[in-house]
Amino acid sequence: MLMSSFWSVWITVITLFVIAACFILLQLCNKNHTDVEEGKSMGHSFDGIEELNNPLPKWWKYMYLITIVFGLAYLALYPGLGNWKGLLQWNSSNQSVGYEKGIKEDSKAATELAAKEGRYVQYDAEMKKADETYGPIFAAYLKTPLEELVKDKEALNVGKRLFVQNCAQCHGSDARGGKGFPNLTDNSWLYGGDLATIKTSIMNGRNGMMPPKGGLPIQDSELKALTEYIFTLNGREGDKELAAQGHASFMKGCFACHGMDGSGNKFMGAPNLKDKAWVYGGTRKAILESIKNGRSGVMPAWKDILGEEKVHVITAYVYSLSHQAKK
Amino acid sequence: MKFNHEFIEKNIGLLGIFTVIAISFGGLVQITPLIFQKDTTVPVEGLRPYTALELEGRDIYIREGCYNCHSQMIRPLRAETERYGHYSVAGESVWDHPFQWGSKRTGPDLARVGGRYSDKWHEVHLIDPRAVVPQSNMPGFPWLMDNKLDGKLTADKMEIFRNFGVPYTDEDIKGAKAAVEGKTEMQALIAYLQSLGHALK
Repeated sequence: MLMSSFWSVWITVITLFVIAACFILLQLCNKNHTDVEEGKSMGHSFDGIEELNNPLPKWWKYMYLITIVFGLAYLALYPGLGNWKGLLQWNSSNQSVGYEKGIKEDSKAATELAAKEGRYVQYDAEMKKADETYGPIFAAYLKTPLEELVKDKEALNVGKRLFVQNCAQCHGSDARGGKGFPNLTDNSWLYGGDLATIKTSIMNGRNGMMPPKGGLPIQDSELKALTEYIFTLNGREGDKELAAQGHASFMKGCFACHGMDGSGNKFMGAPNLKDKAWVYGGTRKAILESIKNGRSGVMPAWKDILGEEKVHVITAYVYSLSHQAKK
Repeated sequence: MKFNHEFIEKNIGLLGIFTVIAISFGGLVQITPLIFQKDTTVPVEGLRPYTALELEGRDIYIREGCYNCHSQMIRPLRAETERYGHYSVAGESVWDHPFQWGSKRTGPDLARVGGRYSDKWHEVHLIDPRAVVPQSNMPGFPWLMDNKLDGKLTADKMEIFRNFGVPYTDEDIKGAKAAVEGKTEMQALIAYLQSLGHALK
């Protein structure tokens, strides 16, 4: 951070003045200004406790001097005195490295500039070391087709760590999901479970779009029957007569997304209503709630947060969860 | 009387004044220059002021004491940027009064939490954190679902922020009440959380 020379001088002068003042204060306290001889009573006592005119303890005095020396050495080595960059040319981050050149908050450009100027940036050094260590590993993973990657045990372990760190908050650390957050282990997929689709889902995210009552002219009075129809779609026992009524409501438009037979549409992410997987619960109550209020689950896009390399590995891990037998 | 150690020690008022002078050197060096630094006063590119709803959410964030457990300050250390994203820069906080950097991390840093989770996740999580993260020790905030905003003070708040230099337009302020009225506190808080870190990813 380059500041105007006024503030640079301001900081330097006050800092050095204070350090000097500390030293002078120590010197003043080192001399006997009282008229009392050293070690003799100051002439007052409280409850029999007498104050003697003793000098400063030596250990304390030397500690004080050491802090002054340490402070001066630190200010010489590290950036602290205004625009003084320090003998070590050390920077904690590249945040303001390129400030005077109009490069700001762009760590890549700032990193390059710092490297060109031969400055040592702690953060860059950390990142560089990590890049050298992990960069080739992830680059190799990215080059490996997903079909191959799912057979790589080590890659799957890496994927698992990344999953637990970034995905478990919604999908659970065992990837079995929760209400509103899909189970990734049951091989039932809203948008498709092939490797490429899983990767797309993670990279770009997904936006569910079931409006209340599907946005259809369905009356509240029809909901009970429609619920019964959907409840029985996957083969469960229910009120057949009521379900038949519900079928009529279903044909008002639900089929447009969920399919004529209710088997869903992966292109739109409309769930298959005939299987046993229910993202929001498969009880009559939960189904009714889903129809009445609509559902619009959102999967955030991870492209910018994690980058393709990591998403690639996570994809392999997520795929492996529902294909354990093949592994 | 002699102006010496004993004199200062026995006049508490004078001792106080000298103490303040001695301490103020630190502030003069560390605080004053920052007030005039472009780094800390110029917003980063892409920074936008909070919307009326986000601003109300921010007040709820403060009211519920979220800052006691969550920082909003990613330090330039790889261990942090790997998890939370680009480290925080001063230019992101120039319109935050007061900033919510915090210093305690019982929970994770939230400086770039925006967009990481869906609105629904935040809702479920704020009502009962254990519903989605079984190991969480965060308290639930179910009442946010019931409390509705009336927006009575929203415009005033924005006016005050404008005095601090936040570029709210007259339209922003005029529409403030309508923008938040009837919304739940939950919606406001989620809107705020989703806005965090929008300027820099």
